[in-house]
Amino acid sequence: MSPTISCSSVYKIFGGNAHKLLEENDGRVDAAKFQESGCIVGVNDASFDVNKGEMLVVMGLSGSGKSTLLRCISRLTEATAGKILIDGEDICLMNNKQLIELRREKMGMVFQNFALLPHKTVLENIAFPLQVKGVTTDNSIQKALEMVELVGLKGRENYFPRELSGGQQQRVGIARSLAVEPDIWFLDEPFSALDPLIRKEMQDEFLRLQSVLNKTIMFVTHDFDEALRLADRIAIMKDGIIEQLDKPDNIVLNPATDYVKRFTEDVPREKVLKIESIMDGVDPNASSDFAISKSEIIETVAEKILNSKEIIKVTDENNNIVGSINPSKVIKVLFGG
Amino acid sequence: MDKTYLETIRNSKPTQFGILLVLFFALYHLVPHNDGNYLWRLPSLLKGIPLAINNVIFSALYDWFPLKVWDPIFEMYEEKAAFREFTKAVSQGLLFLITFVRELLLGGDKIIDVFVSDAWLKENEWLSWPALPWTAGAVGAFILGYQLNGIRLGLLGGIGALYIAIFGNWVPSIQTLSFVLITTPICFVLGLSFGIWGYLDKKVETALQPVLNVMQTMPQFAYLVPIIALFGLGDHAGSIATIIIATPPMIRNTILGLKRISPEVVEAGLMSGCTKSQLLFKVLIPTARRDILNGVNTVIMQCLAMVVIASFVGAKGLGLNLKIALNSLKIGKAAEAGLCIVIIAVILDRFTKAWANKPVDYFENLTLFERHRSLVIFGAAILVFSIIAFIANGYFDKINYLYIIPIEKGLTIAHYIDSGVDWVWDTFFYTLNTFNKFLLTQVLGPMKKAYLGMPVISTFTLAMGAAYIVGGLRTGLIVGGMLLFIALSEYWDRALITMYMATFAVLMASLNGIVLGSIFGRSERGSQILLSVCDFFETFPSFVYLIPVIFLFNITDTSVLIAAIIYATVPATRYTVWGLKSVPLSLHEAGTMSGVSPFQRWTNIEIPIAFPTVMLGVNQTVVFSLQMVILGALIGTEDLGQIIFGALSRTKDGAGVALTLGIFVSLIAISVDVIVRNWAEDRKKALGLD
Repeated sequence: MSPTISCSSVYKIFGGNAHKLLEENDGRVDAAKFQESGCIVGVNDASFDVNKGEMLVVMGLSGSGKSTLLRCISRLTEATAGKILIDGEDICLMNNKQLIELRREKMGMVFQNFALLPHKTVLENIAFPLQVKGVTTDNSIQKALEMVELVGLKGRENYFPRELSGGQQQRVGIARSLAVEPDIWFLDEPFSALDPLIRKEMQDEFLRLQSVLNKTIMFVTHDFDEALRLADRIAIMKDGIIEQLDKPDNIVLNPATDYVKRFTEDVPREKVLKIESIMDGVDPNASSDFAISKSEIIETVAEKILNSKEIIKVTDENNNIVGSINPSKVIKVLFGG
Repeated sequence: MDKTYLETIRNSKPTQFGILLVLFFALYHLVPHNDGNYLWRLPSLLKGIPLAINNVIFSALYDWFPLKVWDPIFEMYEEKAAFREFTKAVSQGLLFLITFVRELLLGGDKIIDVFVSDAWLKENEWLSWPALPWTAGAVGAFILGYQLNGIRLGLLGGIGALYIAIFGNWVPSIQTLSFVLITTPICFVLGLSFGIWGYLDKKVETALQPVLNVMQTMPQFAYLVPIIALFGLGDHAGSIATIIIATPPMIRNTILGLKRISPEVVEAGLMSGCTKSQLLFKVLIPTARRDILNGVNTVIMQCLAMVVIASFVGAKGLGLNLKIALNSLKIGKAAEAGLCIVIIAVILDRFTKAWANKPVDYFENLTLFERHRSLVIFGAAILVFSIIAFIANGYFDKINYLYIIPIEKGLTIAHYIDSGVDWVWDTFFYTLNTFNKFLLTQVLGPMKKAYLGMPVISTFTLAMGAAYIVGGLRTGLIVGGMLLFIALSEYWDRALITMYMATFAVLMASLNGIVLGSIFGRSERGSQILLSVCDFFETFPSFVYLIPVIFLFNITDTSVLIAAIIYATVPATRYTVWGLKSVPLSLHEAGTMSGVSPFQRWTNIEIPIAFPTVMLGVNQTVVFSLQMVILGALIGTEDLGQIIFGALSRTKDGAGVALTLGIFVSLIAISVDVIVRNWAEDRKKALGLD
């Protein structure tokens, strides 16, 4: 199956003579050199795929180009060079009409500062994408009411955005982005403007929604913990370059660059790593009392393993024994050394 | 010279300004005053400009693009210039609309006349639209106010209308109102369209900016003569003058409002799959609603500020009455007409503000009657009061007071005002006269002489030097270029007089504003009161300020200057309060914890931080002062304004002279603006303020 989103050698360079410079340098972009000639490098040679139903989290600090990358893929900004395929179609070549069609049918986006229309109520905001599409008022309101229920805002349909808290406003933003039932869901730092407690609550809510909806997601954040919590895969960006793109546990175990390492250093491994990343081969001496799944996060089963004091069998999804785990390994992860 | 000296000069702006001043005074005293000396006065090389402008206007009207037009009277085709046909069509269209609204409210047969033949109309005397009884008008104003923002606004509207009617100003007020009601929508549509265009196309915005700058700083008088030339005299000409004055702020408000929309909201619209027009009408304009409606408010205020000036080109209404009263020195009558303008301005201002801020309730579940209740009540009121008025026809023999109270029969306090003025005049004549004389001989006279004795080279050194220090070479050249344009004309001396008056007014107004703002602006409550006082004064049309001062100080520079100072104190005060408010709370707390005294707080914390904002206020003061100084020509001053005003009676080259001089005034204002704004923005950046 072909990937839902596929980027190859995507560049975004701000500045008047970006195209010329890019051609002259044959695609090898040196940010410092470009800056001297008045250009700012937003995205530098990004290539990756996102598969159907997968959640790719793009993580980077401010100015790393993560939001720019997202905007290139939704074509809110034009990429300077490169190919961006959505379901096999190059969106950079689409005309305005096709683009509007694509956004109306396949895409939804959530914004950092909610970007709700101040003159519309909760219900009208959510129904807005349907109404611009030409859905009748009755149908769009009906659908919007479903969405209100989905994001847990029942009873506040007629509130105006200014009457809602930040968390509630973002629920409206989420509902609006889902109203047209898009396949692809873009989220641009959706929880960054929220208080820590609300943020945690919204992340849980988001995971619950995703488990029901199973969308293809690109999620931008500057919060590494958030990335670890949510992602199927993480892309870490710095100065427009994707430094590393991998599964969370691989990033924590094998940071590709020093920059990535600085994020992973303080991450408690047991909260990220799964049993499979520290298990040994099948051991005949393993106790046969119980087995644990290889996809468990270490922290969640640590107590169980340490209590048993024996080598424990590890199974896969089909309950086949695929390895074993020694409590000493868990102690090592938990306490280092 | 020692290297460290150069270093000091380069790094210290005060030093640079010091050197500039020394240079200025040196040139001032060293350059000999004789006409052949180009350092003293430049030759008037651009003398021909007014005539050239004039020729263009007349060629456009009579020669360019001739069209064959059917003349129904002579039954033949006639050659007529396309442009003239265009201006004619515009005039007639506007005049029709204004007359239509006017007759709808005041009654008459002019509109009916358009549709039927004269003869038939004469035969059927009954064929005349009846006037709306003022009683119904007052009820209508009450209902509208009540609908917009409750009982208090309703009472404001109702009592205001009642006052106007009982004091006999109903007819001129409705004439003025109909003028505003037609002009405002036109300004709104024009302003919104240009604003949107400017927002969508960066190039258009760049092109619009300088045009708007000139339009907003040009004295209103300057437009009048060209308008007479192009459109003739009448209500429509007044309306066109007003449109030219009132549209620029609408454009600015629209652009500002649209630009203030967060880019995320635009992106959200795009990601919802909006087409271009959906984005514009469903996302952008509604989101910028408040700024746009504030623009409408500004337009209405400008319309009312223009009513007197519009009367010079033939607009009827309160403005005309005020002008006539002023011309015949009837202070009481003038004050009453002025008061009516203020009342209408205040009512319309509060009404539109309430409308702008009124939340829309989409989910009101109302029956048809409930939804249109006010309309029904209003309709009933019209019916009831019309019937009463009709029945009363039998009771009153000549004038039916229940329809309209004519101006001669209305209540009046004009003679009280007149005798009040007389009393002040008699009692304080000596004091006022002494003060006036002192000011004229000891302050204004010498100041005027000093300005007129300024060699052109020193004026340029000062202005370009200041611009250079503040904004670099480019700014210096821009300011120099603008002044050069004036210096090469034959009106440099007049311009110097204008500058002297403006300088005096700006200095005094700024002083007033800063003192007032600093005293009251330091507490939340005080600043609130002060700002609403500013709001109140701002709704006064500029003309109203002239009424009292003329009677206290006669027709002298003093009257004009006092009016200008009062008028210009408003923006200076307002910006001072804003500046003080912009001082961060943390800084106040840091000051308090350092144990500052109130005076130390003012000098060390508040003034330094607020100063850039205060200077922007001073900047506004310049525009306000110039407007009033030019307006002063109406009562006789001898600066640029007088010639602009005089141009009204010069048919041959009046239009060109007025436009040229208008542009001169606007160039003076823009020169100051360039320098002050550059400085203030630099300073704000240096202080880390937004």
